[in-house]
Amino acid sequence: MSDSTAVAHGAAESAHHEHPPYQRHHFETVAQQFDATNFAMWLFLLTEVMFFGGLFTAYLIMRNWYYPAFVEGSHQLNVGWGTANTGVLILSSFTMAMGVWSAEVRRKGLLVLFLCITWILGMAFLGIKSIEYTEKWEKHHVPGIHWSESSFLNPRSDPEVYKEYHDKPLAPDMADKTEMYFFLYFAMTGMHALHMIVGISILTFMIIRAQAGAYTTGHVTYVENFGLYWHFVDIIWIFLFPLLYLISRY
Amino acid sequence: MSDAVTIVNLPDQSTARIPKMNYLSKENGLLSWLLTGDHKRIATLYLISITFFFFIGGALAGLIRLELLTPQSDLVATDTYNKLFSMHGIIMVFFFLVPSVPATIGNFVIPMMVGARDLALPKVNLLSWYLYIVAGGMMIYTMAAGGVDTGWTFTTPLSTHYVNTHVITTGLAVFVAGFSSIFTGLNFIVTIHKMRAPGMTWFRLPLFVWSHYAASILMVLGTPVLAITLVLIVLERTIGIGVFDPAKGGDPLLFQHLFWFYSHPAVYIMILPGMGVISEVVSTFSRKRVFGYTAVAFSSVAIAVFGFFVWAHHMFIMGISNYAALIFSLLTMLVAVPSAIKIFNWAFTLYKGSITFETPMLYAFGFMGLFTIGGMTGVFLGATGTDIHLTETYFIVAHFHFVMVGGMLMAFLSGIHFWWPKWTGRMYPEKISQLAAVVTFIGFNLTFFPQFILGTLGMPRRYASYPPEFQILNVFSTAGASVLGVGYLLPVLYLTWSLKYGAIAGNNPWQATGLEWQVQSPPLTENFPEIPIVDHEAYDYEWLERQREKEVASVG
Amino acid sequence: MSEQNYELEHHEGPHIVSPFLYLAILLSLLVATGLTVWMSFIDLGEWRIAPGVTLFWNPVVALAIACTKMMLVVLFFMHVKYSPKLTKLTVGAGLFTFIVLVGMTMADYFTRAWGRW
Repeated sequence: MSDSTAVAHGAAESAHHEHPPYQRHHFETVAQQFDATNFAMWLFLLTEVMFFGGLFTAYLIMRNWYYPAFVEGSHQLNVGWGTANTGVLILSSFTMAMGVWSAEVRRKGLLVLFLCITWILGMAFLGIKSIEYTEKWEKHHVPGIHWSESSFLNPRSDPEVYKEYHDKPLAPDMADKTEMYFFLYFAMTGMHALHMIVGISILTFMIIRAQAGAYTTGHVTYVENFGLYWHFVDIIWIFLFPLLYLISRY
Repeated sequence: MSDAVTIVNLPDQSTARIPKMNYLSKENGLLSWLLTGDHKRIATLYLISITFFFFIGGALAGLIRLELLTPQSDLVATDTYNKLFSMHGIIMVFFFLVPSVPATIGNFVIPMMVGARDLALPKVNLLSWYLYIVAGGMMIYTMAAGGVDTGWTFTTPLSTHYVNTHVITTGLAVFVAGFSSIFTGLNFIVTIHKMRAPGMTWFRLPLFVWSHYAASILMVLGTPVLAITLVLIVLERTIGIGVFDPAKGGDPLLFQHLFWFYSHPAVYIMILPGMGVISEVVSTFSRKRVFGYTAVAFSSVAIAVFGFFVWAHHMFIMGISNYAALIFSLLTMLVAVPSAIKIFNWAFTLYKGSITFETPMLYAFGFMGLFTIGGMTGVFLGATGTDIHLTETYFIVAHFHFVMVGGMLMAFLSGIHFWWPKWTGRMYPEKISQLAAVVTFIGFNLTFFPQFILGTLGMPRRYASYPPEFQILNVFSTAGASVLGVGYLLPVLYLTWSLKYGAIAGNNPWQATGLEWQVQSPPLTENFPEIPIVDHEAYDYEWLERQREKEVASVG
Repeated sequence: MSEQNYELEHHEGPHIVSPFLYLAILLSLLVATGLTVWMSFIDLGEWRIAPGVTLFWNPVVALAIACTKMMLVVLFFMHVKYSPKLTKLTVGAGLFTFIVLVGMTMADYFTRAWGRW
């Protein structure tokens, strides 16, 4: 190398000697590694935004076209369970953020505690979702596989929902479109649940590693980046909840 | 094209040797390749893989052109013909063009260009290659099982309701390939932002890096929409959901909106890296800095941004509202401007430069002419009035082959030849490569120019049989395709030959600027012995001169 | 050496947000959730902008509340408020592209009913 492209002798040598074990060799400093991986996780979340974006586009168009069907379809969803799930996820976001804080202040016990609570809340969300899905199956509201429109052609045949909302019977061609609503319900919440399952699996692995002390020696990157993913999944639900459950309950 | 005028500067062949320590010799064995994190090895793996798929796609093209020699559907049945052009399109777009320059040359060269030891996420880089291989395997299976015949565009409701072919496996294969692309783009963006060497400011980066940055933004933001669209297609075919089915209240056009939201930026994903190659090659072989660096850099980003606003120009006749057609047509006119800016800038780079005609430069000239024609015809198609008559004819086929093959494939070959000495440490044989470039250019024009005429005369695309008055032009086109095939086969042969018998290249056979040319060929695994500190602008040939003066002085 | 390449200042790591702030955000999010559920039971009426163009307030309010909740999570739980400009730009780019996808697709669907000119 000639003079005008000088070389970083001293720094490279000392950097090599003093870099922590968790710093990868292609990074010059830990700060660079943290920044790069953090940015990478944000970019991945952008891809997730666009991935769900396609589903949201389909939803918005179909809701616009078939509003009465969407209203009556959403009456079939239990507001109590939906609100509970929203609360569960928001709480889990809080505990996840607290987990990241614990890693930053290097308190291993707290970190493991918060990660475990987050895990439990995540499982609770999936539990409630499975109760809801089972109910949908029992009522023949699973499009394509186990479907019947009778609750929309004749709302009185479903007394539980009828006494809350007194829905009018839908014309046959509009009642057909409730299948579209339920398809989007299952597609969007199912895709979301899939992301939750992936998150919980990674969380399981992280709890084990956290217990071994991997994240409380200054290497918060993993926890911080996973936290970003978890919060993102929460944000998706923050939008799914009003769009699917709260279309019109008056 | 006199061989006395050349900028090639090789070391003395009687004493030159390939450097003993380099990324190829560092480790041996299959696992050292299959579990590598080294971006240069991954680039090599990609190069072999995409070449393999290129020839499969090319063979399919050969069969298409053979069928079209005669007006009747006599070589293959019509259904088979549909499968041929569908598989040709899918393989060429998703398994060749999208990863062509980024995953091979980009992977190899970008860390060196920014002054880093590797990409930001080496394991993600390897994952990206494995996803490509898995997707490729699924594609091979699909072909063996009978293929898909919906066209590469999977238009609904044909693909969801009316065909019995392997739409689902193809859709899933493309889904996996999409994630391969996303991870490559993600890696590039992080690397370019966070791994630049000290002194390497944004505006000292080679324009190759800028164009890959722009393409990577498109990959990261656009490809996921394709992914969800394919998921919806698969769900529609399996469970029978009606989101694209009018009978169930869906809209087939929704599929097209979502599909083209990715597939239009996809064409920019395909071309931008090629334009980056051309910037490097034109500068090196005119010995002149790229004219209007800032304009070229910003035009890459502008193409990326505007590329997101124009997708419905693929849908003018499909039933979108006239008002939407108006808006999208207007925006399409705007998106052509940044591409034109680049062509002007390259032309002004050539002006008063010291031009030599080595192979990469021949391909670059081919690119500039053919891409201009292809791009111009794109503008014709962007106007709704003309598009109504020309769409779904051979005019469209000619348009996209001019930009993709005459443009992108030529840029890819230009880049492969340009960086071959750095990649392998050896030079390719110049005379035969120049011949191959000329043969390709002639073959290309003979193949695709008649298709513009066919399109304006009204021959529809995707038809196995056609009215007899179109035969003569089809025969020209097929003749050209044979020439083109020869032109593409030659590089595989002589490049492989050069691995053993090529001249030793030395560090900088082209006397090019750029950090990658300051290190040995082939490079060390860690690229630089020490991270460089950059204090010169991109394409600074005076700096290069001073380097060489100093070198001579120190040897004495 | 390479630090001088960075736009951001790192003292010893990321800015550490106080747990009390997290608690405040949690409570705000739960209140907002309750609010959005409550509002869905009330008919908020509409705004007739032009013949055939009506804006219903319920979905607008629901989306506004959802967007607010999203911003709270993004800015505080995801630390974007304390992150470098690049992170903020990235979030903005994602939102922008999402809006282009939804908005320009809807532009087709909304104008179909306008008929031929």
